[in-house]
Amino acid sequence: MAKKELIKIKINGKDREAMAESRLLLVHFIREALGQTGTHVGCDTSNCGACTVIVNGKTVKSCTMFAVQADGADVMTVEGLVKDGALHPLQEGFKEEHGLQCGFCTPGMLMSTYALLQKNPQPSEDEIRWGISGNLCRCTGYQNIVKAVQYASKKMAQGGVK
Amino acid sequence: MIPPAFEYLRPKTVPEAVALLQQHGDDAKILSGGQSLIPMMKLRLARPSHLIDINRISGLSYIKEDGGFLKIGGLTREAELESSPLVRSKYPLLLDTATVIADPQVRNLATVGGNLAHGDPANDHPATMVALAAQIVATGAKGERVIAIDDFFVSLFTTSLQHDEILTEIRIPLPPARSGGAYFKLERKVGDFATAAVAVQLTLDDKGVVQKIGIGLTNVGPTPIRAKKAEDTLRGKKLDAATITQAAQLASDEAQPSADLRGPAEYKKGLIKELTKRAIVRALERAGQIAVPN
Repeated sequence: MAKKELIKIKINGKDREAMAESRLLLVHFIREALGQTGTHVGCDTSNCGACTVIVNGKTVKSCTMFAVQADGADVMTVEGLVKDGALHPLQEGFKEEHGLQCGFCTPGMLMSTYALLQKNPQPSEDEIRWGISGNLCRCTGYQNIVKAVQYASKKMAQGGVK
Repeated sequence: MIPPAFEYLRPKTVPEAVALLQQHGDDAKILSGGQSLIPMMKLRLARPSHLIDINRISGLSYIKEDGGFLKIGGLTREAELESSPLVRSKYPLLLDTATVIADPQVRNLATVGGNLAHGDPANDHPATMVALAAQIVATGAKGERVIAIDDFFVSLFTTSLQHDEILTEIRIPLPPARSGGAYFKLERKVGDFATAAVAVQLTLDDKGVVQKIGIGLTNVGPTPIRAKKAEDTLRGKKLDAATITQAAQLASDEAQPSADLRGPAEYKKGLIKELTKRAIVRALERAGQIAVPN
């Protein structure tokens, strides 16, 4: 049995810890050790972006980072978007604008677009497409994802939501 | 895919990291951004027994002009290069390059030092640094040594870094007035390696004559290739469409591509010719020459 180490992270505002082998990828730590299964494992080769989470404010592909590297970090996953039972404007946008069909890529899309809107609250269509260039969607053709982000951008500006 | 087991080490300083490299020998690897290393470990193309994580070493991430050079810390992320006001205003070749590396999430972790130290000719910074005549600072047990970029890439995945050395800094000579650069990359999709790419950096004198020129080629040989004959033919000349076409042909002749799933060798040679033309023209525009005479 390989050596395990204690890994502590703050996930969606809560302090959590668990033992893990150093080779355990962050995505498996989040899903299996912490039981937060909103983050998906897609291609597992750093291409598709389904596993995108936000680590210390930056989007990363959690299939290409070891959990032990995130020790002490502040991590946000798709579960962190809901506030007091209400959908985040981005989640609402994906629903209203049909920004998903099968939904597999959606958790990663939401994390990439959330990070984009934090940095750039009113992105142009080009900037939105650039922002999701590390996330693949096989259903929508991206058109409605762009609309969903525009919806959220407007709604967040009106409502003063972060 | 779960990578093979390894022992994880997290030094706080560069000397500590160097000591760990010495202690664990060839089977130890530096973990920088990990965006090439971790995929290779998943595929068992790399099986380090020890990973030395340098991400928590402070003072290895910076972009500054100092002592006649632009100095980039080895641990500087690609995304930091992309958002740096200094890079955005003065180093268009670096900016072009950083924005086409992989995708946004990968650029948040991937480091400039790692992109070079990995020794992969398909990576984008190697050709860029060849064009910029960069120097590599390697830190080992005896301190720092400076390696000229032309001596850095030895063969596929092999650099002149010793196993107990860490790439700690990249130095790029400050560009004189009337300098410009550009990087043109053809990729099948975001996140793919270049089918081929060309980096050009040049400096003109006040009459528009080429004083300095660097041309680096990506993913068309076992190392990044300096298109030396193309450079030689342009140096000392005022450029027009004919000289640019001639240089582009020479660069294409100097490329050594092999056929792969991105296309046959002849196609890649053709690409190098076209991309070289475009990169020279864009570099000239950026150096202040408005239009290239026919």
